[in-house]
Amino acid sequence: MEAFGLLVYGFSVLLTWKILALMMVGLVLGIFVGVLPGLGGPNGVAILLPLTFTMDPTSAIVMLSCIYWGALFGGAITSILFNIPGEAWSVATTFDGYPMAQQGKAAEALTAAFTSSFIGSLVAVLLITFLAPGIASFALRFGPPEFFAVYLLTFCSFVGLGREEKHKTIISMALGLLLAGVGMDTVSGQLRMTFGLDELLRGINFLVAVIGLFGISEILLTMEERLALRGHAASISLRTVLKVWKEMPRYWVTLLRSSAIGCWLGITPGGAIAASFMSYNLAKRFSKDKESFGKGRIEGVFAPETAAHASGTSALLPMLALGIPGSGTAAILLGGLMVWGLNPGPLLFVEHKGFVWGLIASMYLGNVVGLVLVLTTVPLFAAILRVPFSAIAPMIVVSCAIGAYAIQNAMFDIWLMLLFGVVGYVFKKIGIPLAPFTLALVLGNRAEDSFRLSMIGAGGDMRVFWSNGLVGSITTLALILLFWPLLAGGLARLRGGLVNDRKGSAA
Amino acid sequence: MAKSEDEIVVEDPAAPASDSPAVTSNRAVDVAVSLLLLAFAGLLGFDNWRTGMGWDATGPQAGYFPFYLSVILAAASLWGLAKEFLVRGQASGTFVTREQLRRVMQVFVPTLLFCLFTQWLGLYVASFLLIAGFMVFVGRIAVWKSLLTAFLFSLIMFVTFEIAFDVLMPKGPLEALFGR
Repeated sequence: MEAFGLLVYGFSVLLTWKILALMMVGLVLGIFVGVLPGLGGPNGVAILLPLTFTMDPTSAIVMLSCIYWGALFGGAITSILFNIPGEAWSVATTFDGYPMAQQGKAAEALTAAFTSSFIGSLVAVLLITFLAPGIASFALRFGPPEFFAVYLLTFCSFVGLGREEKHKTIISMALGLLLAGVGMDTVSGQLRMTFGLDELLRGINFLVAVIGLFGISEILLTMEERLALRGHAASISLRTVLKVWKEMPRYWVTLLRSSAIGCWLGITPGGAIAASFMSYNLAKRFSKDKESFGKGRIEGVFAPETAAHASGTSALLPMLALGIPGSGTAAILLGGLMVWGLNPGPLLFVEHKGFVWGLIASMYLGNVVGLVLVLTTVPLFAAILRVPFSAIAPMIVVSCAIGAYAIQNAMFDIWLMLLFGVVGYVFKKIGIPLAPFTLALVLGNRAEDSFRLSMIGAGGDMRVFWSNGLVGSITTLALILLFWPLLAGGLARLRGGLVNDRKGSAA
Repeated sequence: MAKSEDEIVVEDPAAPASDSPAVTSNRAVDVAVSLLLLAFAGLLGFDNWRTGMGWDATGPQAGYFPFYLSVILAAASLWGLAKEFLVRGQASGTFVTREQLRRVMQVFVPTLLFCLFTQWLGLYVASFLLIAGFMVFVGRIAVWKSLLTAFLFSLIMFVTFEIAFDVLMPKGPLEALFGR
């Protein structure tokens, strides 16, 4: 087992006091960020990214990914105790988690949520451990046309599979790709879309945009709502933990199914939210006792949490193996890679073994430590919610500004962050999704480069995207996904027509 | 409250009332954003056309890729506009009520001032002013608590970034006094 040996090597990279300490710091900060209203996974990672600028890449990614795991764990606390989903993918957790808390079973619900999250991540990490190296070494043979086809697939699947209105997804994506092109053109050295502004020569930094879009806009949105909270305090005793764990094996089908759904949807971009809902609904459909769902059934906590974490974790698989993030947070981590001077893509597995395997090993360790940490410190973190939002909001604003400034030492970026904050606020309210924008902004330059390199190589012949079986099938798949809603609609109509015909002939 | 031990309650006395009158509807904002995006697409499209959106000896010119993206952006915005005007009838939700807007401005205006002050006074002083001011005037928290929190937070940030992690922030006259 080659992967196993490399994993052991990964652990050897990891097991230094410095990295272990950073891991704990990351987890605590992450849970903190996950619990606070108006913050969540992507915002937390984006705001705390500047802390890592002066670290070496391995310590940096370990700390950042631990912030992410922590935030995922933290989201469950507010969903269950306060009926406030920290993230969109925690919504399904509130369906049964909050009723359980109301019935005085908060500790059970929390234990169930944390443990199933842990199982979901574990399955996803195993997948990454054994699949990612293979995919990466396969992708080493990719040329520019193949890479462009994969980028196209990513973008098209957002349009075709997303739940938002199609034109809004396209707007978000086109805007992201356009803004990625601002500044100096990497191929010809020409200036584009700078309108004579010196500040725009560097281009629009991805992280500045993310901090504004997710951090500042979230503060604005949170202020709009009623900030009163009413929830349950809970502490988890060892007996409860053991009781839930003893019950757990009975639900192995649900756990396994949810993990599989999560992994699959996590690898395809934009899937974490869909994953949690889908696995909740499937658990309900396959259950003998459908009525008890939504009234505090423990399985209703297991299913969405497992899927959400499996998808959140497996979103890192395409990021590591191909340089294509599977989620907003993965996109931010990818932005981090570039800041630390690494070049994302399949070569990462060859050139930076210590980094990649250190990260994978940290996923195992981070989740184990995270599980123990949340199980023991829930009351502490739930108490954070007592801190008034009017103290937290300005602190978040300051942290965002520090983050935006630190990236390029530019005051202009603080203003840009504010602008993106307003844009994010308006976009969120009228339903223009931000994830495609994020992804397009981080991938834009590389997508364009691969397109132009393929065009140069092929002498401007578009047929290069169908020049061999591999690139041809990816491109075709991308186009199918793009027009999927139309195709699915057509198929449904066709089938509906047939059924009607049959009905007609029967009558 | 008898159950205070296992309940966490946070009040929000200044919460926006649910019956506050609407300022604009989602539809109006939707149309405005579509028009803005259309104009933006036109501007970028023109700029890229000027840069060169065709092909030369080496392949696509610098403006090729972004030019067609502006076309896509324009098309998607037009699609949105057309939809708004063709699919009339169904009620569109409220974009923001007057009280909600007031609350949003309560954060937005201080944030704007904070950015301005950062330019003149440096980030740490601006951060102290923002946190203290916000807690006192918006949160109605006791003055000493607010000042103390703001001071401690700014100090912790200063120690973390400037000293421990070597990430330098904009600084003003106050830091100059201490020779930083």
